[in-house]
Amino acid sequence: MDAIRTLNSRTVVLPATDIDTDQIIPARFLTTTTREGLGADLFHDWRFTADGEENPEFVLNQPQSSGCSILVAGRNFGCGSSREHAPWALLDYGLQAVISTEIADIFRSNSLKNGFLPIVIDDVSHRWLLDNPGCEVTIDIEQSTLTLPGGKTVSYPIDDFARYCLLEGIDQLGFLQKHNTEIDQYEETRPWKP
Amino acid sequence: MSDGTAKTLFEKVWSDHLVKDETPETPAILYIDLHLIHEVTTPQAFTLLREKGLPVRRPDLTLGTMDHSTPTTPVRSFKDLAVVGEGAAKQVVAMQDNCKEFGLELHGFDSAHRGIVHVIGPELGATQPGKTIVCGDSHTSTHGAFGALAFGIGTTEVGHVLATQCLLQRKPKTLAIDVSGTLQSGVTAKDVILAIIGKIGVDGGTGFCIEFRGNAIEAMDMEARMTVCNMSIEAGARAGMIGPDETTLGYLLGRLRSPQGPDWEAAAKRWLTLRTDAGANFDKSVGIDGSTLQPMVTFGTNPGMVIPVTAEVPDANGDPSFRKALDYMQVTPGKPLSESSVDVVFVGSCTNSRISDLQQAADIIRGHKVAENVRMLVVPGSQQIKKEAEALGLDKIFQESGAEWRESGCSMCLGMNGDTVPSGQLSVSTSNRNFEGRQGIGARTILASPMTAAASAIEGRVADPRRYLQD
Repeated sequence: MDAIRTLNSRTVVLPATDIDTDQIIPARFLTTTTREGLGADLFHDWRFTADGEENPEFVLNQPQSSGCSILVAGRNFGCGSSREHAPWALLDYGLQAVISTEIADIFRSNSLKNGFLPIVIDDVSHRWLLDNPGCEVTIDIEQSTLTLPGGKTVSYPIDDFARYCLLEGIDQLGFLQKHNTEIDQYEETRPWKP
Repeated sequence: MSDGTAKTLFEKVWSDHLVKDETPETPAILYIDLHLIHEVTTPQAFTLLREKGLPVRRPDLTLGTMDHSTPTTPVRSFKDLAVVGEGAAKQVVAMQDNCKEFGLELHGFDSAHRGIVHVIGPELGATQPGKTIVCGDSHTSTHGAFGALAFGIGTTEVGHVLATQCLLQRKPKTLAIDVSGTLQSGVTAKDVILAIIGKIGVDGGTGFCIEFRGNAIEAMDMEARMTVCNMSIEAGARAGMIGPDETTLGYLLGRLRSPQGPDWEAAAKRWLTLRTDAGANFDKSVGIDGSTLQPMVTFGTNPGMVIPVTAEVPDANGDPSFRKALDYMQVTPGKPLSESSVDVVFVGSCTNSRISDLQQAADIIRGHKVAENVRMLVVPGSQQIKKEAEALGLDKIFQESGAEWRESGCSMCLGMNGDTVPSGQLSVSTSNRNFEGRQGIGARTILASPMTAAASAIEGRVADPRRYLQD
């Protein structure tokens, strides 16, 4: 995972609530053994019509969305299946963050491990972002803030460890492996064995 | 009565698995007792292990099966089983190769114990009270029915567990859901969990581990408890648990991987101590009167959009996401779902594919025919369940009514193995997700119990199962 300190982009807005990971990447595209190439099928059934044409009404297909790397979505983004293919598809497509008022637990965990930023903010700021698509915002990982046009900053909660890993590009497996001795000890001394 | 030492079931299992406790700076290192793996969410994790030259730390605590992308078409021999599509075929081969290379037990096509990952864990007795259990699948919450702490993880975390048998985790909050009273005839575990999700919402459990409690839960057998815990994730909770009791012990006694002899006595004694202590505190509590519940059906595109089978579809009240869901489902506010004609009925999935689920559906459909316009698919959760059902003659009941009887697998729950609902068609399904396109592109899904699904198959429209119940 590459280190990331700030992210600056115009936003693209998907106002629907409860966008589940089956919408982000439908199950039929999970028959893969690699992480790459999933962006082609991101939001597939919203992006494309039944005959495979781009759906011009879907926001990601509209010219103003080109180059945007920050998604603003309705409450409870990423609910449903634990598929890590969801953040892989978002990143592969070119998106790097989602801003919502609530983000589902497993999706949030998967996102942080891949450098995709799950940003949870207050209702009022979120409402403003929903109403002002395409505005330019900056996410500052170190400060845990989101800066709106005009300079207003909004802070968002993030676990200290997750922030540290993002800033340093830390691989969490490496962190776990450093505790091998403690894991050995736990296995040897626990009162019952699985 | 709380004296500060009283602990919840969750707290006991959590603290028992701490290799290292959490601090403000770092998450806890949590030891995992059972890692279940399947073909869809593991290949990239094995690639990582290979790249880093790492072995699987505890092959003996890792258990594999194939369920998601495997076909369920009936065959004489597994050699004839045709995997749908090149990608799925590659995935199945990769799973076989990875398990062989890393020395892992795999219940593949030739195993009599193959089945849906959340069905075979309990069936083999590998799922036990007090264990930590993970799998790259959100319905891992199912195993919480035994008093295990069980939750779904992503593929990066699958790699972490393969390599270190541990996960980095923040401690979730606890939510008690108390279901009181006695369920009415025709009301099942599926109706209970749908009603709970309807009450707390699809994000009501986000950040929490649920403990399901109360008379109605305690009266349930293990299969019903699994149905309840299975859908914890549909309320946003990664895990749902139920305190182990005599029912739990009765289920596990004598299973292939259950402790035997004196080990059984010791384990059973320890398991019963895991129950939440009197006076223990939960971060949040919700109560539901089980005696007033009706058979439930979903009408929208998430499992929280749910009503009693006899009720009318509610109005969107200006909510655009709600309106969009009603449009997708082609249902009308103010009208009951019984006016919607059904095209497909699916009985199966990790929610409702166990022997009691199949028995309940068979009891409704016995002596009736599946309506002419309906395709009904019955997919047992494992090859063992298939065998057991066939010994009871359930396959014959389904086939004589006009339903299809299949090999085990995830099947129509998620449309990635060849079993799909055609675009625009309406399905009454015993699975767990009614998301847009979940069962196939453009498929419309109504979630229901096996009884409601069977009654709907007979009538060709969404039907109340209670009129088919025998005294």
